[in-house]
Amino acid sequence: MITQAPLSKTVLLDVRNLKKHFPVRHGVFSKIAGWVKAVDDISFEIYAGETLGLVGESGCGKTTAGRTLLRLMEPTSGTVVFDGKNITAMNAAQLRHTRPHMQVIFQDPYSSLNPRMTVGSIIGEAMNIHGLTNGLATTQKVAALLENVGLSPTYQSRYPHEFSGGQRQRIGIARALALKPKFIVCDEAVSALDVSIQAQILNLLQDLKEEHNLSYLFISHDLHVVQHIANRVAVMYLGKLAEVASVDALFREPKHPYTQALISANPIPDPTIQTKRIPLQGDVPSPLNPPTGCRFHTRCPQVMDHCKTTNPPLVQIGEGKMRHQVWCHL
Amino acid sequence: MAKTGTYASILIMWTYIARNILQRIVTLIIVSIVAHSVIHLAPGEPSQVDPSNPRMKPSDIENIRAAFHLDDPLHVQYVYWMRDLFTGELKSFKDNQPVLPKIWQRFLNSLPLLICATLIIWSLSFPTGIHAAIRRGSTYDRTTTFTAYALISIPGFFLSYIMILWVVNTFNVPVIGMKTFGMEDADMVFRSMDRLWHLVIPSLMSAIGGIAVLSRYVRSQMLEVVGQDYVRTARAKGLSEDNVIYRHALQNALLPFVTMFGFLLPALIGGSVIFEQIFAWPGLGRLGYEAILARDFPVILTINFIAAVLTLVGTLVSDLLYAVVDPRIRLQ
Repeated sequence: MITQAPLSKTVLLDVRNLKKHFPVRHGVFSKIAGWVKAVDDISFEIYAGETLGLVGESGCGKTTAGRTLLRLMEPTSGTVVFDGKNITAMNAAQLRHTRPHMQVIFQDPYSSLNPRMTVGSIIGEAMNIHGLTNGLATTQKVAALLENVGLSPTYQSRYPHEFSGGQRQRIGIARALALKPKFIVCDEAVSALDVSIQAQILNLLQDLKEEHNLSYLFISHDLHVVQHIANRVAVMYLGKLAEVASVDALFREPKHPYTQALISANPIPDPTIQTKRIPLQGDVPSPLNPPTGCRFHTRCPQVMDHCKTTNPPLVQIGEGKMRHQVWCHL
Repeated sequence: MAKTGTYASILIMWTYIARNILQRIVTLIIVSIVAHSVIHLAPGEPSQVDPSNPRMKPSDIENIRAAFHLDDPLHVQYVYWMRDLFTGELKSFKDNQPVLPKIWQRFLNSLPLLICATLIIWSLSFPTGIHAAIRRGSTYDRTTTFTAYALISIPGFFLSYIMILWVVNTFNVPVIGMKTFGMEDADMVFRSMDRLWHLVIPSLMSAIGGIAVLSRYVRSQMLEVVGQDYVRTARAKGLSEDNVIYRHALQNALLPFVTMFGFLLPALIGGSVIFEQIFAWPGLGRLGYEAILARDFPVILTINFIAAVLTLVGTLVSDLLYAVVDPRIRLQ
């Protein structure tokens, strides 16, 4: 478990008040009937060399947040500053030149590789386009990358369908690494894989992080995985952040009732240990019409009257990157 | 090692092709038997095309039936048809002319129409569909969607008659036949210009339905592919938007159309029955229509047989093309 604080204190990625709302259209004239607030005003930062885990249940906006901060989706509002440059204000050409520094690994290794391109061209294409290498040098670089992720360099001329899920995910990682990024969004990068393969890929990501000095935003719904790989964890509920803390603090003493329930639901692989579950009532409300005040008040076991009307304030414990942030009235 | 590998794959490929051709021959035989039975079981026969003709004596009818083997059992008639077809002896009931040269000549007349219609369909529906998909929900998308559904709903022959009325009243574009009468002695340049002019309206009208349908297909295919993760990957690589759309997305969206290409020629021949009738075009479709009216069994059956052959060849070609363009399909 990586729990020691990395030395670096530079903020690599600073996300401020990011919002992504999707219009819901109805009727003959496609009038906008409402907005799905997939990501609603979230702010966090990622320090150089750290892994921030982003957890939450299905549909809480984790993936949307990851895609929006890379501007694979246009944000509704908010700013994202990456390495001192404001990504949200860039035009298409500037953005294209920044893309190599921030890469993404998708959840589904079966659909994220173009089925009609060889592995060599999937990995090499962007290097050629961004002028990093060309010709024979590309082939050599691709071979080195394949070796780097634990695949045979002779696989270059093969097509994605010839590989297993784990191998494909390794190809996806090699592809992301090809552009020498500083930051990678791992969007449920191991969720589609078997547990044994998950461990291999996680260790690979861990090794590569040290070797290439990377930072990750690790999106997952699996708390064990996050506990294993992350330095700090952000918990999301219904488009908003609930709690951000170092992995130690969060798992040891979660402050937000939602985090507490989430962690209590996390199975421990030992049948003799009895844990006290905190059951939550009801379902996640629709993001189309989220509850007023604190979004969690409809299911919170410790709900109070003013939770239903006023937005919870940000409570900070500690300073700097080790600080513990909670959005709660308690 | 590598050499034996390529030999083996060549062998696999040829056995694949041979097996496919064999399967298609069996299909063709079944199709011909079914077509033959259907045509013969349908009411009406050559001797009764004009039953009110007072000069037609019962003995004449007997003679006609005997001459065309119509009194023989169906399977014997089938064997006669097949034998005559492959020896080239098959003659039309109507005018006793050999069927194959007759069909060939009409086919040559239809060919420019088919080629023009195909070119118009494929060159218009792809840009239309792709642009509609990229700008999904825009005014352009909605306009093309509306127009496409309108064109699919309005019958082609109805639209053609409206078009003829409008064109004849407004422009000086010929709408009847392949060429103007009395142009036979004119200059080569004039004659070809005349032929081209005659092509414009018929090929446009027979293409319209195809454009509407195909552009819809292109749009939905493109929309499906654009939402895939590998397109998002391509964008994340920092490729230009043109590269993302036209290389990564289009390359994959095009795959299903390889299959459609195989069905294109037979479909156009089917459509030509209507459009050649409307525009008095002396082509294959019109020959078939006239043959049906005259109960000219050899001609009907042979056109049907040729259409079946074209369909099967088309599907074979598209199967092979698919294996070439899609690396996921391996010949085994």
